[in-house]
Amino acid sequence: MLLRHTTADVMERSALTINPAKTCQPIGALYAALGVHNCLPHSHGSQGCCAYHRSTLTRHYKEPVMAGSSSFTEGSAVFGGQANLLQAITNMFAMYNPDIIAVHTTCLSETIGDDLVQIISKAREEGKVPPGKHVIHANTPSYIGSHVTGFSNMVKGIVTYLAENSGRKRNQVNIIPGWVEPSDMREVRRLSRAMGVNCNIFPDTSDVMDAPQTGRHEFYPRGGAPIEEIRHSGDSRSTLALGPTASEAAALKLEEKCEVRSEVLELPIGLVATDRFINALRHRSGIRVPGFITDERGRLVDMIADMHQYFYRKRVALFGDPDQLVSLTEFLVTLDMRPVYIVTGTPGKRFETRIREALGDSVPEAQIRQGPQADMFLLHQMIKKEGVDLLIGNTYGKYIARDEDIPFVRFGFPILDRVGHSYFPTVAYMGAMRLAEKILSAVMDRQDRNAPEESFELTM
Amino acid sequence: MRKVAIYGKGGIGKSTTTQNTVAALAEMGKKVMVVGCDPKADSTRLLLGGLAQKTVLDTLREEGEDVALEDIRLRGFGNTYCTESGGPEPGVGCAGRGIITSINLLEQLGAYHENENLDYVFYDVLGDVVCGGFAMPIREGKAQEIYIVCSGEMMAMYAANNICKGIVKFANAGGVRLGGLICNSRKVDNEREMIVELAAQLGTQMIHFVPRDNDVQRAEINRKTVIDWKSDAPQADEYRKLARAIDANQKFVIPKPLTMDTLEHLLMDYGLAA
Repeated sequence: MLLRHTTADVMERSALTINPAKTCQPIGALYAALGVHNCLPHSHGSQGCCAYHRSTLTRHYKEPVMAGSSSFTEGSAVFGGQANLLQAITNMFAMYNPDIIAVHTTCLSETIGDDLVQIISKAREEGKVPPGKHVIHANTPSYIGSHVTGFSNMVKGIVTYLAENSGRKRNQVNIIPGWVEPSDMREVRRLSRAMGVNCNIFPDTSDVMDAPQTGRHEFYPRGGAPIEEIRHSGDSRSTLALGPTASEAAALKLEEKCEVRSEVLELPIGLVATDRFINALRHRSGIRVPGFITDERGRLVDMIADMHQYFYRKRVALFGDPDQLVSLTEFLVTLDMRPVYIVTGTPGKRFETRIREALGDSVPEAQIRQGPQADMFLLHQMIKKEGVDLLIGNTYGKYIARDEDIPFVRFGFPILDRVGHSYFPTVAYMGAMRLAEKILSAVMDRQDRNAPEESFELTM
Repeated sequence: MRKVAIYGKGGIGKSTTTQNTVAALAEMGKKVMVVGCDPKADSTRLLLGGLAQKTVLDTLREEGEDVALEDIRLRGFGNTYCTESGGPEPGVGCAGRGIITSINLLEQLGAYHENENLDYVFYDVLGDVVCGGFAMPIREGKAQEIYIVCSGEMMAMYAANNICKGIVKFANAGGVRLGGLICNSRKVDNEREMIVELAAQLGTQMIHFVPRDNDVQRAEINRKTVIDWKSDAPQADEYRKLARAIDANQKFVIPKPLTMDTLEHLLMDYGLAA
């Protein structure tokens, strides 16, 4: 009973956060930057920040994560970090030869007010950026928003620095996939191509964070969106942004900078959200949905029908990041489950509206919480007050699941205690099938475990 | 050892008043150290005869953390010790963090140690206490007494009142107290009476009224305090009086800051009475 001190009575809190349901902005910025080909991310701050952000990503993806650090000292805090960043840019281009350095800031550099635009232009003026190479940045103070905000800021930064409108339209569609796994990005690409859409996906961490083992270490794996293609995103016919929290800012920037009109969809997680995604692709290419995609959908529908009796009216608590939670809520409603507690540490009033839309008129008793006090402690208290049949969220949920003895499905970021999750998509029809199977297994395993011998059934 | 911090609106004459007062204390045989807490590093110019001093932070930046006390502490008029925190160039970095860093470094290097036999440490702080760093000299039991330099001008009084609000906060947590207001005259109507009344309402005293005298500027042109430049000038005696008043001061209070309304009434009453 690790969390035995948690009580069911919820007290009003204004300042204290206990076990936050979010993490630092730079983690998201770092992950987004890894979705650009030959990119070396750089953390402008003290070394500890960079070490933590890299190790969190490594623990989730089980892959090495390269990033530089400005290695602030007390002197940097007083005099500003310009000298360190200029030196870092010189060193990184000399030693690691990236095509692009993506700098994200930290709480310290934000608080002392380092002007990244000025420092980067100084680096360029002083010839520290070799011809044809790039340095971009995003401001990512962790006292604002969450890791998702950081992801969003870096994707926007990528567009701000790289996208260009050449005046010649290209017959292609930008897809900003949001903060999803490399396997999800690959799945988005597969479906887009199958739907006849010439897609320009960025950031794209497939073949970066799940690069195949070849026996040779590649400092820059072969994946990642090429800079040239990101530049051409300004000439695309339109942009599809998946997940408003992670992707909308970049889509709007593209609209403003390059006049590429955009559409924002919820992440294609679950049956209905995937239908909308496929439909959006269909509108762009004008082709009929290929039979094999209809078949994938059909198999999902059949599977849901077979599983339905076990899902029906089960109470579910879920926590994680807004975009994932909105689509997951909708999927659970599709399964006739009841998402009763939905918690995210990422602040934003729009979250509740989006969840209410996903819920429709089902589950009117659902409690939706967002922001700094919407933490794991609060979620646990809600569960203590009135129990649930299932918990869905990242690894941090395992403590609650164990103490309350409820089935637990790992979903979201970060998953630190399992391997393999990043290799299988949870988006689209195939992803939904995988999610449904995981949910059912968790619920049934729990039922088996406590079944008395006389009702420990071969078939259930 | 008494630790004194001088605050007040920017441009009011904190550095000039501090250095002249310190010169007078030195003349009385007191051993004094001045710590300039302003990124401009101009708090010890008159005591050092215009010598451009290497600041604590410059030294730290150029020589790393292996700094010796002699590198950053110079002897000025009357054997006073002079140090300047310094700070980043305008518009970059964090000057407040600079103050914290340099005061910590001075402590580590033993600048305040008993065997230095100091009678006084004076902290001359940037006009506006814009962030936590500039409150460093009155945090954690560093300076125990504060004098606010002001004049009869509205903004100076407003700033003095504002600084009092800050003192209340630190007075409750630590031991810092307000020792009084120093009126550095701008020849405003009814100035003396007005500051005496402001001091009374704040619960403190006007510890001295320093009249306006161009000898101060003349001495500054010569990079000296008035006491150093023209020891028999009437203005030199004013600073001696101020030094004696501070040396004899027993009245240390937690101030009671005024509301904006009360402050404006005070101005109206005295300003219109002229």
